[in-house]
Amino acid sequence: MRRRVVITGLGLVTPLGQGKDALWEGLTLPRRVVGPITRFDATGYSTRIAAEVKDFDPTQFMERKDARRAARFIQFAIGATHLALQDAQLAITDANREQVGVLIGSGIGGIDYMDTQVRLLDRHGPDRVSPFLPAMMISDMASGMVSIHFGIKGPNLCAVTACSTGADAIGLATRLIQYGDAEVMLAGGSEAAIEPIGIAGFCAARAMSTRNDDPEHASRPFDAERDGFVMGEGAGVLVLESLEHAQARGARIYAEVLGYGMTADAYHITQPDPEGDGALRAMRKAIHDAGLQPTDIDYINAHGTSTRYNDAKETLAIKRLLGEDAYRVPVSSTKSVTGHLLGAAGAVEAAICVLALQHQTVPPTINYEHHDPECDLDYVPNTARPATLRYVMTNSFGFGGHNSVLVLGQV
Amino acid sequence: MNQEIFERVQKVIVEQLGVDENAVVPEASFTDDFNADSLDLVELVMAFEQEFDVSISEEEAERVRTVADAVRMLTEKVQAGE
Repeated sequence: MRRRVVITGLGLVTPLGQGKDALWEGLTLPRRVVGPITRFDATGYSTRIAAEVKDFDPTQFMERKDARRAARFIQFAIGATHLALQDAQLAITDANREQVGVLIGSGIGGIDYMDTQVRLLDRHGPDRVSPFLPAMMISDMASGMVSIHFGIKGPNLCAVTACSTGADAIGLATRLIQYGDAEVMLAGGSEAAIEPIGIAGFCAARAMSTRNDDPEHASRPFDAERDGFVMGEGAGVLVLESLEHAQARGARIYAEVLGYGMTADAYHITQPDPEGDGALRAMRKAIHDAGLQPTDIDYINAHGTSTRYNDAKETLAIKRLLGEDAYRVPVSSTKSVTGHLLGAAGAVEAAICVLALQHQTVPPTINYEHHDPECDLDYVPNTARPATLRYVMTNSFGFGGHNSVLVLGQV
Repeated sequence: MNQEIFERVQKVIVEQLGVDENAVVPEASFTDDFNADSLDLVELVMAFEQEFDVSISEEEAERVRTVADAVRMLTEKVQAGE
């Protein structure tokens, strides 16, 4: 029998603030945090809005010198790891450091460094390029610097699957514990792509909302007038432990990771399969891995980006999964509140599922006003809803055709 | 020691290495006292080049071990009107 893996800590740095309470309160009130971009002058960009992490001071978590040399996604990862360890009341010591691993992914990595260093190269030549660039642009450095910072000496690696990254990090870390490679994994995702070159690229791809005159209502998953996603930033890190390890140290157990499923569309670099095929198979695999039936799922935290294609095809996939039962399962997209945290999204949304189980409440899809005939499920419009939740599922899909699904449950 | 150059060197070191201003004394060693690694030193030399608008070769950089070494080298370069 495989080892059971449980979640004992949540560490969050999101546009709603730091920590799980700020996230849950922001989702259920709800708060509206999408606004004009302030990190740079976005005049002339077709999208000039985002969900930024405001007032984040990396020196709260690390030495000034380390903070100055760290790319922003690494600062977020170290901050979120601090909060996760604190929440789990887990100290890294000589007794456990070799049994603890890190798997914190990033879809994009240190694009802030790339952005500034390429400008320096152009303006002043190669001698002005920072020696830290190679280390800070690569996505694995969140895991690397977290291990160095906390002295964590077990497995150390990174998932890079675009917007499925956070979910894959948690799914793969779960497998590492099941296989016996580690007793504890710090798993999740971190992203900080609200930079000139990051925003310009997604503008060119026509993937983001251009509702610049009404940012608070721009992220509107499943609504008929949705026009693209709103970029967010931040990090989510979860403490995963073998059940025995958690019980032995008397840890508070939030939930269990029951199932993980992953597939590829093999269809298009940015568009989902027209029949939702990859998403459907990933959901089926995750539910099968959990030893459940599709109708056992009490809540689906959707990928729900607020793009025309994603929301329609994800809806189709859920209907193919559940048939007529699809209409009685609450499905919500919390990206309506947080924006789309790209490689961190899957981890933050797994944390949201944990909080939904804990509070026995489904967080809403906000900004839902207009019915789209292609999107006709129960999206929990605008208001949080108390519910009896035993098993919940979270979907994450990424550019490249990655589909990753996690099933979590009460212990 | 040129006081004006010392103060500018001090400012760069505080900013780059995140050390306390009072710790930046002439005899302090970058590696032993400020815990600077090889990447820190490369970046520090680049910051000196930018601050003083001079160029520093790798050989020159290797000879700089203390704050006083840096002040001496930069004073020579500034006076030579580079």
